Amino acid sequence: MRVAVIGCGAVGSLFAAHLAQLDDVEVWAYDLAQEHVDAINENGLRLSGVGDVVGQLRATSDAAELPACEFGIVAVKSMHTNAALAATAQAFVDGAVCSVQNGIGNEELVARHVDRVMRGTTFPAGHVIEPGHVGWDTAGDTWIGPFEPQPAAADEVERLAEALTRAGMPTRGLADARGAQWTKAIFNASTNPVGALTGLAHGEICDFEPTRRLISGLIDECKAVADAVGIELDHDPEDMVDHAARVAHDHKASMTQDVLAHRQTEIDFLNGAIVGHGEEEGVPTPLNRAIWALVKALEDSWS
Amino acid sequence: MSRVCIVGAGAIGSLYAAHLAQVTDVVVLARREEHARALREEGLRVTGRHEFTATLEATTEPAELGAADLCIVATKATHLEQAASTLEGHLPGATVMTVQNGLGAEEVVRRYGDWPLISAVTFMSGNRRGDAEVEYILDTETWLGPYGDTAYDTVARTVDLIVRSGLKARAFEDLRPAQWSKLIFNATVNSVSALTHLPHDAHFADRGRLDSLGDLVHDLVEEGKRVAAAAGVGLHDDPWEMNVLATQRGSAHVPSMLEDIEAGRATEIDLITGAVVREAGRAGIPVPLHEALYALVRAKELACVSR
Repeated sequence: MRVAVIGCGAVGSLFAAHLAQLDDVEVWAYDLAQEHVDAINENGLRLSGVGDVVGQLRATSDAAELPACEFGIVAVKSMHTNAALAATAQAFVDGAVCSVQNGIGNEELVARHVDRVMRGTTFPAGHVIEPGHVGWDTAGDTWIGPFEPQPAAADEVERLAEALTRAGMPTRGLADARGAQWTKAIFNASTNPVGALTGLAHGEICDFEPTRRLISGLIDECKAVADAVGIELDHDPEDMVDHAARVAHDHKASMTQDVLAHRQTEIDFLNGAIVGHGEEEGVPTPLNRAIWALVKALEDSWS
Repeated sequence: MSRVCIVGAGAIGSLYAAHLAQVTDVVVLARREEHARALREEGLRVTGRHEFTATLEATTEPAELGAADLCIVATKATHLEQAASTLEGHLPGATVMTVQNGLGAEEVVRRYGDWPLISAVTFMSGNRRGDAEVEYILDTETWLGPYGDTAYDTVARTVDLIVRSGLKARAFEDLRPAQWSKLIFNATVNSVSALTHLPHDAHFADRGRLDSLGDLVHDLVEEGKRVAAAAGVGLHDDPWEMNVLATQRGSAHVPSMLEDIEAGRATEIDLITGAVVREAGRAGIPVPLHEALYALVRAKELACVSR
């Protein structure tokens, strides 16, 4: 089996380094950070933290070098999905591609370039320490399933889930992966921008009653939209928020890191996607819309 | 009026103190002894629109203020409670005028004495250039009106004094329409600016997309207008039009709340957006957007003021 990881940042690296542990899988990584690519090709891709893993794989910043692959795993930031798939689609003419990105709307972009698509939701997290070396901060499960308008075959979903699980990334193949995806997206949409706009860690925005109430207001709107779209959530996002406040109290969400570094955020694929689906379904989302506008304006303040 | 006390000598307090000292005796109540000494020894120099140096008294001890006919409390809203508490038991016979941003300063002062009160909002602006110098930038008016049982005549005489000192002022029978217009404008513009780090620029009037900032600003203003209507206050100016006009000026103004956030200082959010939320609660009007922004700015204060 040949797998290409598209976007080998923190999350992409967790997938790539683990898959490279398997003798029957050939792993490629596509990433635009040349130093990272060079380091991987010279010394392998190293994970440290939750576990120490070194994976030997081929990395490239030149999409034309990618051979034909059976599977793609997309882990670029959402705003780069379209460009990354336009560049690499030739490698997946006979393959199936799975997004493991944050938010809602990535699979639609992948499907513009690739015939068979999977939606994925992943909880493991990490951060780039240096070229070729990623900190593995949290272990966790991954759920994958067919993207309904252009689905990957059921056996493709199963084969990828089996390989990931065997590689040390526990993954479940589902017939309908939308519930898992929306549940995580709602968790992210209701908490990440609140952290990003205030600079507080996850636990702090939960401890401060006014922001905790705002989180619930955002969740209520998101749930109403999910309901109207016909999504059955697999967990209550309220419980996830409280759970994360206990186990990851001082964690600053990636969007907070993005804001501190003046990098564009994934807000369009979180609150923006909720507002967009709400518009289509006639469900009002004034708080999500306010948050979306504030974060977009904050991004504009950097230019 | 023969003697005026100015509490708080930031930019606005300094502009009142220096100008009024041209037509009456002035004593400044400062927080820092160093500041009071500089004012006593060097006087207070005004630059910008006017150029002169005023001679005045200054102290940090409320007991040394003596008698005054008028007391202008010009501290920032964040220092109001502390300043008002030091006045308790002093300045018998004075009328006290509040010029804080937002709403509710009069209620805070009232807790510490039964002086007749004057409500005021000021549109002038200045920049402190050290302890003994202030630059007079915008020479716009201060608007005054009676609070509670205060006679209109007291307001008119105060306006007359301020105008004779060289500043611009106007008396209103009822200040609330102007106060609320400015409140609604500030509650929106200041909190949005503090969260987005944008100066008051064209973004605030940009509308039409689902993620347009101007639509959020417009919806916030609409919430504020519903609260004013429920409180029985007709507005003097439309806050949305104030917003659009302000974004069309040559250079974008940096709202004070953004300056406070960027300097790691406490903001005036409690008397501005907080005032809208409290008034909405009294009137039974839902203001979810103001509650959201109030929560976010207070949380951001926690992050940047305490660290």
